[in-house]
Amino acid sequence: MIDHFVRALTQWPLFLEGFLNTVWLCVFTAIVSLLLAMLLVVPLMSRLLPVRAIARLVVDSVRSVPFLLLAYMAYYCLPAIGISLSSWAAALITLVVYNTAYFAEILRGAWSHLPPQQEEGGRAFGFTDIKLFVYIIGPQLFIAAGPILGNQLIQVIKDSAFLMVITIPELTFKANQVQSILFVPFETFIIAGCLYWVLCNSVEWMVRRLDQAAEMRRAR
Amino acid sequence: MIDWGMIANLVGGAVTTLWISSVSIAIGAPLGLILAMTRVWRVPVLSQGVAVFVSIIRATPVITLALFVFFGIPAMGLTLSPTVAALITLSVNTSAFHAEIWRASIMDFPQNQSEAASAFGMTRLQAFRLIVLPQAWRASLPPMVNEMTFLIKSSPAIAVIGVVDLTRTASRIAAYTYDPLPPYISAAIIYAVVVFSLVRAQRVIERMIVRRYGVL
Repeated sequence: MIDHFVRALTQWPLFLEGFLNTVWLCVFTAIVSLLLAMLLVVPLMSRLLPVRAIARLVVDSVRSVPFLLLAYMAYYCLPAIGISLSSWAAALITLVVYNTAYFAEILRGAWSHLPPQQEEGGRAFGFTDIKLFVYIIGPQLFIAAGPILGNQLIQVIKDSAFLMVITIPELTFKANQVQSILFVPFETFIIAGCLYWVLCNSVEWMVRRLDQAAEMRRAR
Repeated sequence: MIDWGMIANLVGGAVTTLWISSVSIAIGAPLGLILAMTRVWRVPVLSQGVAVFVSIIRATPVITLALFVFFGIPAMGLTLSPTVAALITLSVNTSAFHAEIWRASIMDFPQNQSEAASAFGMTRLQAFRLIVLPQAWRASLPPMVNEMTFLIKSSPAIAVIGVVDLTRTASRIAAYTYDPLPPYISAAIIYAVVVFSLVRAQRVIERMIVRRYGVL
């Protein structure tokens, strides 16, 4: 068994390539989805019922579909209606669309728990919509929703493994490749699992640090 | 025009997804309770082992776990059919999440009730069976339904190891007809219906519990 591990580890460049691809896919997704979610949360919190209802329907529909099915749809259905995509573009679009919906829903949840006086007070001081969001609402949303956003980021890491099915060379794809070269699947996937564990725990650690920093700032 | 033959095929796939997920929950939920209890009661050695197991399984994508079970266990000399591999994968995955749900609800359990139980001369096992469990499962219910929706959404991982579930049925139809839109969109709607029904069922059950016991 030990020699199997050693044999699997001789393929470390493949593991490293997969690991780095998983990392950049997730970092890219986290940044772009979070920015888009900040835009999407505005219609979700709109006072106009039709606007809110449509935004809700879109967010809920996306959230109720399995990630893999959405990836298949981007990869196979978009070309069918005349939009040809590389597998990478399909992967990034799927990741961003899926997680924008999740992040927006998380931010909406945090926003609806914010005391309404904050917004009223800001308006009384003459803040415009955009300034209100940038200086008053936004920072509080991120502090309140930090841990939940972190959990979703861990979900992004785990969902990204599905992308092996549309031939993205991320960690699980590469592990499967190592496994098919060396015929040591047991050890190979344990190594992959440990690498995912390192990734997920780094996210948890960062969220904890950010939370502590926010706590310190509030205490001051 | 709706192709009813296709819909019938997809419903067949959905039935596979649902029964495999349900059996996995039926195995994973009690297994999770056992895992949680080794941690709550701080059983030496086992408790640390369970902590590592839960931590790694929770961080591992379901598809990686599925490939591990499907290729890794036969390499140790045990042959598995895709269905059995799928059941093992989803049960193991959901047991780790259920362990955390049970642990949270049991750790949150009011200390004074446990003390009262021991004052009445109950053993730890009796107190657990008669006092803690009947109340803790109610607190665990909302996160458990949440976990079920997560399990359904990650169940397409079993399509990759060859189980003909809803996702695989859809991609088979797409490959056969060269028209991917209808099967994939229909499959997405079926998944959405299942997930929405679960969320609705959760609200109904929560309300029933509140009506019967006063609190969740």
